[in-house]
Amino acid sequence: MKKTDAEMTWQDFEIGCIVTEPGSAVAYRTGDWRSQAPRYHFEYCIKCGVCAVFCPEGCIRPNKDGHFEADLYHCKGCGICVHECPTGVIYMVEEEE
Amino acid sequence: MGKKIGIEVSMAISEAAKLADVDVVAAYPITPQTHIVEELARMVADGDLDAEYIPVESEHSAMSACLGSSAAGARTFTATAGQGLELMHEVLYVASAMRLPIVMAVANRALSAPLNVWGDQSDMMAVRDTGWIQMICENGQEALDSTLIAFRVAEHPEVLLPVMVHCDGFYLTHVVEPIEMLEKANVTKFLPPFKYPLPLDADKPVTMGAFAPPVIYSETRKAQEVNLRKSKAIITQVWDEFHKVFGRKYRAVEKYKMDGAKTALLTLGSFGETAMTAVDNLQAAGQNVGLLKLRLWRPFPFEELKAAVKGVENLIVVDRCLSTGGPGGPAYSEIRSALYGEPNQPRIFGYIGGLGGRDVMVSEFENIIRQVETKVKTGAAQEFELFGVRG
Repeated sequence: MKKTDAEMTWQDFEIGCIVTEPGSAVAYRTGDWRSQAPRYHFEYCIKCGVCAVFCPEGCIRPNKDGHFEADLYHCKGCGICVHECPTGVIYMVEEEE
Repeated sequence: MGKKIGIEVSMAISEAAKLADVDVVAAYPITPQTHIVEELARMVADGDLDAEYIPVESEHSAMSACLGSSAAGARTFTATAGQGLELMHEVLYVASAMRLPIVMAVANRALSAPLNVWGDQSDMMAVRDTGWIQMICENGQEALDSTLIAFRVAEHPEVLLPVMVHCDGFYLTHVVEPIEMLEKANVTKFLPPFKYPLPLDADKPVTMGAFAPPVIYSETRKAQEVNLRKSKAIITQVWDEFHKVFGRKYRAVEKYKMDGAKTALLTLGSFGETAMTAVDNLQAAGQNVGLLKLRLWRPFPFEELKAAVKGVENLIVVDRCLSTGGPGGPAYSEIRSALYGEPNQPRIFGYIGGLGGRDVMVSEFENIIRQVETKVKTGAAQEFELFGVRG
């Protein structure tokens, strides 16, 4: 099994730290950076997807009901979606930890 | 044996790049490097060399273009000097950490201000910690040979590191010297085709230059450190291979008339030629002096230096660079550090001169040795000083 970053030793790198497997950026938990998290009033959501277009992380997708929602593993909590949403669905709350 | 011809050293360096059949040259002209890249541009334009010549808008771009071309698996050459090397500075670290075997000739030059385009080793010393292999040349023959050797070392599967070939600006680059050229058949024997193990390839995608968070950055640095240190054994091995094919032998620390020498000068680069004459003169006068020449600056040849100074009582390191406000010339302070705590460590004296193209004469090397003898007799402190300064 592939080692996590914390398990890797200096002998484990490819030449020049080249990453030979795709998807290393997807595996990186940028959600750790967040100090605020998005919350939703989905009753106002018109499923326009503007939030997904503006999301710099590209982490917003339709959920099972077709409402657009951020994946919190990657969401950095920047709040741009709040600013862009035309119907005011999204608001931010402080992260507890 | 190759034909011996009179040739400007810059042209000889270009010739070495041509013999190595480089694929890409990305360079920006700057004094005193200009003739090297001008000649390569001519070769490409005239169809003498089948390579891509990228005329970039700055040295920062030159080295950036070299990164890309080397990563794609192309044999890549560039050259620069002084301010140009400084403008490249941040990209130099990227080349070494990404293990891209770029070869670069540096026509060593002073750094501004005041503006000075002449020979000096301040540029070399400012890029000391960039992770490149750094070789220093003393004469034109070495400049030609070392440029070819640099490709073999850089591309060695166990090395894969960029190499700088340092040649004193003007003192080397602009003089015409009798140089034994390298025969193409021998070059082909010595330098196999370049094959980068993990090149940029659309069919087999890789990520190069990804970021490393704190949890992993120290491990990447350790890997780089071990790799650069290990390269010394391979550099020596390549020098041996070169000796076998071309008959000229190189070592990390060269000795000149060191048999039984109690006092030794240590120089880097073209100073060595003048210092040899000083040693000849003093030996003829019955003095017990010799000369050591440092050819390899990174990786630093600790063991070779320690072996070379065995029996030496007074070591005089002559730098062509001042570490302003610091412990003296960079070579002097590094050598003091390398020999610290060694049994029978010699007294070590530092002299800094020849800055910004100031000529240093044979008589000045002789004077330095006399001064040191006086200092030893009077028990003066082992310090460094700038010599040849008025006032």
